[in-house]
Amino acid sequence: MESVRVERATKASRVFALFAALVLAALIAMPWWGDAGDMRLVGEMAYYVALAQLWNLLAGYAGLVSVGQQAYVGLGGYALFYLTGVWNTNVYLAMILAAPFAGLMAIPVSFAVFRLRGAYFAVGTWVVSEVFALFASLIAVLGAGSGLSLTPAILREIATGRDARSTILYLMSLAISVLVFAVVYFLLRSRHGLALTAIRDSEPASASLGVNTFRTKFIIYLATAACTGLIGALIFLQKLRISPEAGFSINDWTVVVIFMVVIGGIGTLEGPFIGMLIYFVLRELLADYGAYYLILMGAIAIVVMLKAPFGIWGWVVQRYDLQLFPVGRRLALAPSEDASKK
Amino acid sequence: MNWINILIQGGLLGGFYALFAIGLSMSFGIMRLVNIAHGDLIVLAAYVALLVTEGTGIDPFLSLVIVVPVMFVLGYALQRGILNMTLSGGLLPPLLVTFGISIIIQNGLLQAFGAYDHRLQVGAIETASLHLGENLSVGVFPLLVFAIAVLGIASLQLLFYRTRLGRAFRAVSDDADTAELMGIDNRKLYAVALGVAMIFVALAGVLFGIRTIFAPLSGPIRLILAFEAVIIGGLGSMWGTLLGGVILGLAQAVGAAIDPNWQILAGHLAFLAILIVRPSGLFPRTRD
Amino acid sequence: MTLLQTNNLSAFYGDFQALFGINVTVAQGETVAIIGANGAGKTTFLRSVAGALDTAPEMVVFDGEPIGHKTAHEIVRLGIAMVPEGRRLFPSLSVEENLLLGTHSERAGPWNLKRVYELFPRLHELRQLPAPSLSGGQQQMTAVGRALMSNPRLLLCDELSLGLAPVVIRDIYECLDAITGEGTTVVLVEQDINRALDASARFYCFQEGRLALSAPTKDFDRNALTAAYFGL
Repeated sequence: MESVRVERATKASRVFALFAALVLAALIAMPWWGDAGDMRLVGEMAYYVALAQLWNLLAGYAGLVSVGQQAYVGLGGYALFYLTGVWNTNVYLAMILAAPFAGLMAIPVSFAVFRLRGAYFAVGTWVVSEVFALFASLIAVLGAGSGLSLTPAILREIATGRDARSTILYLMSLAISVLVFAVVYFLLRSRHGLALTAIRDSEPASASLGVNTFRTKFIIYLATAACTGLIGALIFLQKLRISPEAGFSINDWTVVVIFMVVIGGIGTLEGPFIGMLIYFVLRELLADYGAYYLILMGAIAIVVMLKAPFGIWGWVVQRYDLQLFPVGRRLALAPSEDASKK
Repeated sequence: MNWINILIQGGLLGGFYALFAIGLSMSFGIMRLVNIAHGDLIVLAAYVALLVTEGTGIDPFLSLVIVVPVMFVLGYALQRGILNMTLSGGLLPPLLVTFGISIIIQNGLLQAFGAYDHRLQVGAIETASLHLGENLSVGVFPLLVFAIAVLGIASLQLLFYRTRLGRAFRAVSDDADTAELMGIDNRKLYAVALGVAMIFVALAGVLFGIRTIFAPLSGPIRLILAFEAVIIGGLGSMWGTLLGGVILGLAQAVGAAIDPNWQILAGHLAFLAILIVRPSGLFPRTRD
Repeated sequence: MTLLQTNNLSAFYGDFQALFGINVTVAQGETVAIIGANGAGKTTFLRSVAGALDTAPEMVVFDGEPIGHKTAHEIVRLGIAMVPEGRRLFPSLSVEENLLLGTHSERAGPWNLKRVYELFPRLHELRQLPAPSLSGGQQQMTAVGRALMSNPRLLLCDELSLGLAPVVIRDIYECLDAITGEGTTVVLVEQDINRALDASARFYCFQEGRLALSAPTKDFDRNALTAAYFGL
């Protein structure tokens, strides 16, 4: 009788873990070897990849294709500005509070949008985001159409010098990105992650096996909203001002994110990293071409969806069965003690 | 505040919204496709009309003679060339491909026409009104558009229920697999369906472009309005979509009467309220 | 003259293989039965012939022409029509509209509305009613009529008797006699073995995607058949 063991890591993932640790160490050390411009760029890459991981969790794993996550980016940003500007809350505390605020707002939102399925759910989430944007543009204390700015006093709470602020904001970006990734990663490794994969593969089948599909999706939606809110607070802390158009911009916070996830490989943890890198490369290369670069991005997304719907990493997985962030479970046959007896 | 006039105005606005919504409703009913680029196609139609009117000097109503066939062919080609390939892949490909098309249209228009507002001019009829008594006046143009919407839906019903093509549309909408087993070429049929949907998109684009300004990025709001009208009315019913548009228009009119800035928001809130209370809409056809 | 021939027909649903090298021949004017337990691959076989499932071109040859790669609607135009398992009428359409759907094959021939109503007189009274409001037997007649309206040379019938009372089944099979009397070739898939064998000249028995037995039906020993059916 052979016995069976459940293994998590693969050889590739162990090698990769070492590589990732080295890269992370280099990034943490960046304030010492890089300049403010580099830190700004890498900080941006860090928060975009976090947004992409969250969108991927929602769409690629929970099957909730939302075109309205920009709502939580805006909500997080406005929470930060409101708490610090009107309530004189400490800026770090305000940032932390942005997360549960966004999460709580997701509850009534889910009552409405969870009534819809598929593509209708997608457009529904978009409507909700527009509603938040419109409210923000109509409420005087939120600055109405022109929005709000961060006062110098608030900035001084972070640090007094520009360089120090740069460094702190960069490290916060990195920290939040790693935190979000850790949350997503451990979620997917857990029982809930297994439930999600089952739901993704077949909702009726998993429901019949006792997986509470509604509750799982609801929790994921709330968690993603909260994390997205935190990132939104971070983003607008760096931008120094917020307006309804910028805070709830579908182009900045959803179109780009979806592009990253789709090109990189939806439903994989590795995909968002690849998609993010490709996006930033393209953005650099096409910086002078104005709207053409968005047209090209749209065209690339279409071609990828038609020819390689699982993105670049999906193609790699199909060819090489590679997994760098081990979330799957493999059954390994262990030789039994009886093997020697015949 | 003359509430009757306000409500009539809002109701007639529903005619526009119904025209927005019909094409979306058709492509979902027949192809199970929610076309995220729908609003952008409406704006594209308005720009085509702009080119025609500026190029030839003919008036926008007449330009429909050119815009409608152009949009039909575009819809046919889009479905046949790209969208048909997305239909068997599940939820994501059609959504993301039409999203990509939306981005391309918006930015293409931006490059071609710049970020300026445009409007189609028709002269007097645009502001003319009928005076039906002491306090009652109804805009001629909105009334005309509402009539066009009603006529359009009636024609579509005739198409669906009295013609061979319509029968094929209904069969494919019921059961695409079996329809294929009966000799219907689904790919061609879907392309014709999107072409017909584009006829309404052309009407919507030109008529709304007469009523109000449009710009390259005006697409998304039109998609959302179309979507809200369809959901309020209930999936699968054309007359329901008209009613959905009317209700949306009424909600917006009430909002605007309180404060002009609240117009669109009032529509959204009405939509969300109906969604929470009656998720399948007011007149849903029990379909899958 | 051979009308239909399958050569080593294998069919897959994704990675799952449902048919393993099936060789079936049907001569013009014949009625051939295909029997087998659930999951034996009978419906898969019909769907492969009808073009709903893609196969290599020469695996299905119709009137000398390889059609394995052709789409279902192209195959209907060539003269193969299917009465699908479970009827699959269009619920939004009336009885008459369902029948008219059959004309999309654009084929000329003896069958039209008038003739179908002559064959199934009951349908004429019910013709304006929505298809789902009919009884099982009437729906089955409509499905057969719909297939006939395409003027097929080869009619594929998948489980005509499914869910129907014996009396109704008998009525339907009597109509089948009228159809074959016109010279239409018929392939009949059935779970009701006796019905199938009574109506056909030859039969094939499928078992788990493979051909277990094929023989003429006349005087065939039903015990040997049971063995093949269950794979004993």
